[in-house]
Amino acid sequence: MLLNQFLILAAALFAFGVYGLLVRRNIVLILLSVELMLNAVNINLVAFESVLATSQAVGQVFAIFVITVAAAEVGIGLAIVLLIFRNRKSANVDELSLMRW
Amino acid sequence: MSLVDWVSEPVNWVFSAIALAVLFSGFRVVTSQNLVHAALFLVGTLGGTAALFLMLSAEFVAWVLVLVYIGAVVVLFLFGIMITRAPTGLDVGLDADERLVPAILSAAVFVMLAWASVDAFGLREIATTGTATSTEVIGESLLGRFVVPFEVVSFVLLAALIGGITIARRDLTPVEEQERLSV
Repeated sequence: MLLNQFLILAAALFAFGVYGLLVRRNIVLILLSVELMLNAVNINLVAFESVLATSQAVGQVFAIFVITVAAAEVGIGLAIVLLIFRNRKSANVDELSLMRW
Repeated sequence: MSLVDWVSEPVNWVFSAIALAVLFSGFRVVTSQNLVHAALFLVGTLGGTAALFLMLSAEFVAWVLVLVYIGAVVVLFLFGIMITRAPTGLDVGLDADERLVPAILSAAVFVMLAWASVDAFGLREIATTGTATSTEVIGESLLGRFVVPFEVVSFVLLAALIGGITIARRDLTPVEEQERLSV
């Protein structure tokens, strides 16, 4: 196995995430795209760890931290989406023009 | 290492199959016109990623990914989707009209990242020793060298928990407040 086959796969997943982040109108789908990007980063971290083989498994520990922070981010993000939907009856970002000048 | 050598390794067949599944479901996550399907395709991506982690002998991270992401985060997403829209059919207008520029941008991001990693690592191989990273090593690392980030992250989770409840809770109207107090 080459290191680069994992890195290029992660790069492709990250690019999909960027595309979804820019194209999607629904906030929940934008959060899904962010998850894709974080997942690509996790693949990179674990792949680098298995090449470097550090004695303390640093890459895997960082992947666990990324997963934890992503879980917290989803919780807060969906709470905000819920509040926006309750107040505005819509979960589309282009309709949230209240603070647009 | 030539292409023939790469293809002749059975582990690379497994990788190719998983990678195709991950890429397909990742693509469908950002293109599907049904909200629920998009969230379910994320399960495919994450499951494939967990399989890749197993191939990279990262057992603990693979199962954490399955438990936390597929078990909790995707379910949370489905809750969010179900709450923010009533019908479960085809949703129109999930994408913005402008798609060409984002497509070009993300293709540029991919080319840049892929070029950088090919340039930096070339044909560097991953040694497949067959021994998984033991959970003991990760645990000692988490509670040894990384104990401060570990505690910080647990505080972040607590803050997210309290913040999520506070944000999403519906404030009672004065009438409801009176009714609650009178019971």
